Amino acid sequence: MTLIQFLIVATALFSFGLYGVITRKNAVLVLASVELMLAAVNINLVAFDVYLDDPLNSGQIFTLFTIALAAAEVGIGIAIILMIYRNRQSADVDDLDLMKG
Amino acid sequence: MLPLATFAQQLILATEETTGGHSGIEPGITSGALVEWAWLIVVVPLVATFLILFFGKKLPMKGWELAVGSIGFVGVYGTILFILNATEGILYEGHLEVAKMGDFIIEWGWMVDGLSIMMYFLVGVVGTLVFVYAKSYMDGDIRFTWFFVSFSLFAGGMLVLVSAPNFLQLIVGWELVGVSSYLLIGHYWEDFENVDAGNKAFMVNKVADAALFIGAIIMAVSVGSFSFNDIIDVVMHGEAGPLSQFGFWAGLAVFIGAMGKSAQFPLHVWLPDAMAGPTPVSALMHAATMVTAGVYLLGRLFPFYLDVGGMFGGDVRNIIIVIGGLTLFLMGLVAIVQDDIKKVLAYSTVSQLGYMVAAMGAGAYTAGLFHLFTHAFFKALLFLGAGSLIHAVHSNDMSDMGGLRKKMPATFWTFILGTLALVAVFPFAGFFSKDEILASIKYAGGSGQDVANSILILGLLGSFITAFYMVRVIALTFFGEYKGAAHPHESPKLMTYPLIVLAFFAVTAGWVNIPGVYTGFTEWVATRVPLVGMGDHHAEGFDWPVVLVSSGLVLVGVVIAWMIYNKDAETNAARDWFRIPVLWPLLENKYFIDDLYMSGVVRPVMGPIASTVLWFDMNVVDGIVNGAGAAGKVLSKGVLVIDDNVVDGVFNASGAVTGASGSVLRRSFTGRVQQYAAFGFVGVIVIVVLFVII
Repeated sequence: MTLIQFLIVATALFSFGLYGVITRKNAVLVLASVELMLAAVNINLVAFDVYLDDPLNSGQIFTLFTIALAAAEVGIGIAIILMIYRNRQSADVDDLDLMKG
Repeated sequence: MLPLATFAQQLILATEETTGGHSGIEPGITSGALVEWAWLIVVVPLVATFLILFFGKKLPMKGWELAVGSIGFVGVYGTILFILNATEGILYEGHLEVAKMGDFIIEWGWMVDGLSIMMYFLVGVVGTLVFVYAKSYMDGDIRFTWFFVSFSLFAGGMLVLVSAPNFLQLIVGWELVGVSSYLLIGHYWEDFENVDAGNKAFMVNKVADAALFIGAIIMAVSVGSFSFNDIIDVVMHGEAGPLSQFGFWAGLAVFIGAMGKSAQFPLHVWLPDAMAGPTPVSALMHAATMVTAGVYLLGRLFPFYLDVGGMFGGDVRNIIIVIGGLTLFLMGLVAIVQDDIKKVLAYSTVSQLGYMVAAMGAGAYTAGLFHLFTHAFFKALLFLGAGSLIHAVHSNDMSDMGGLRKKMPATFWTFILGTLALVAVFPFAGFFSKDEILASIKYAGGSGQDVANSILILGLLGSFITAFYMVRVIALTFFGEYKGAAHPHESPKLMTYPLIVLAFFAVTAGWVNIPGVYTGFTEWVATRVPLVGMGDHHAEGFDWPVVLVSSGLVLVGVVIAWMIYNKDAETNAARDWFRIPVLWPLLENKYFIDDLYMSGVVRPVMGPIASTVLWFDMNVVDGIVNGAGAAGKVLSKGVLVIDDNVVDGVFNASGAVTGASGSVLRRSFTGRVQQYAAFGFVGVIVIVVLFVII
């Protein structure tokens, strides 16, 4: 198992996530795609932590923070989407064009 | 503080060797809460002034309780200090740095030494009695509260003055006294005469103040400090330097300043007119505050004028003694012909101030201050007595009085005691102080100050004159037939009790300095200024020739005045005989000095100045103002054009550009979040690529 295999998996995950964020119409799926991207970053962090043999294991600790933050983010994100759906009877991101110039 | 104490002690020891004691006791109290908190003496009346000003009218006694409380506090504190100074000796100087400019420090301080303590005591005690009296005297006045605002400021200003350890603070107090006296003299400003009197007092004092500033600046610049200590230090060391170079002129300028406040000939003209104010004001002004300031200043700078080495202000002393002698004699004569009872007393004050100044000129520090001390009590008593009379008959004129002996017994008896003290009858207060002055002048004449011999003759004649005019006042007011219209009755207790207390002091105040018996006063005031060399003469006993001649002249004056003004009341024959041509009109017109000032100084100065100022105002000032207005109009028109075209153009153009670019750029804002995310990601990729390439 070499570093490159982990990086390939992480890059794939990140690309799927990015694709989902840009193309999905449903806001919940966009949020799920964001989680995919975060997971890719986490894999990167852990892989580099092991690869560099960090005595403090800062990469793994940092990953724990990221997971905690991601959980909080999903909580708030889902809540926002829920409120948007209640107000507009739709969770389609294409309909959310109030900021149109 | 400490260097001063040791310095004074050294000097005292040194002088005791040369003069054989009698020059001052070593100060027992040089620190401690009592003297460190003495600044309250100055601050309390000033704080009270503001409290009365803002809250006085809401108080049950309309601010009087605050005024009398603050001055009573000064009286109590002053008495404690006075007693402790008499028993143990006090020497302290407190400092508070107000501002600092490089090496030059402006300080606020409070002196607690013999000289200052005597003044605290006088201002406090006499002030309290006068304030109590004023409650009744001013009752019903429409500006009752305002009167006590000015009155408290008056006392507070005097305390600032006498507590000053440097020239700057002294000048602050000096001007506070000046401005509050202006307010008080013009208290009844509905009469234009009173306003004039206030203006006159203010102007004459300002002339003198200008000289004081010059003198203070010369001294301060040549010594490098405004502090009295430093100035006296230079004098005591007797070193030639800038101060000795300008010593005469500095001393003369400061003395002219003192002449203004202490109403010395020819700057005395404001004091008799100052009678326009309410009587309590006159009493305080003539006794403890204001007029004593000049004598106090001469005392504060006494070593400078005494000038043992003959390098500083010694020559000024000859001028001082001559001015004092002329004042005491000439103004005493004017008092004889006045009909207004307050004017008689006013000229009497000027005359007595002449004695004090002459004593200072003769180098007799103790004698001058001693007379200041005793005079404060009996002159306050006489003025308050006169106020009681005026209150009863509603007139200042003695021709409206007469025969009041029976109707106003308390006023009569206290007035008699005050008169006995003033005309220097043994054993009343004035006897000891005036005798000491005359003996000192004689001593000065005997030890090289030739001019003093002539002044001694004037001083002795002054005894006669004093007796004459005072007996005349008594004969015209208390004896004979009542000639007025009102129904006189004794004044209320609030007015007679202060008279009785003052009468007690008028009798006893002289006993603190009896030559050959008890000379405590000398030591009380001498802790600060050691008395070196000639001048401060302390006889072991009385100077009998002087005493006998002086007392004899007093007796002659009493008898002659009594014969003319009482025995001869019906026929007026003797009185008519007494109206000597030339001399009488001369005196009645006060030597035409006021007219001289009016036609010689005021009108020539005022007329052209007024017309010049008017012309200047109409043409130059108005021209400048109108020109400025016209120029402004033209300018503003030009500015309007620029504003409309250039400035507005710039703003409109920038607005238009922003709007146009906005309408182009708004197309990129589609409101689609995913598009934004895609843009962001592309941006990140671009940045990463750039990082990799570079």
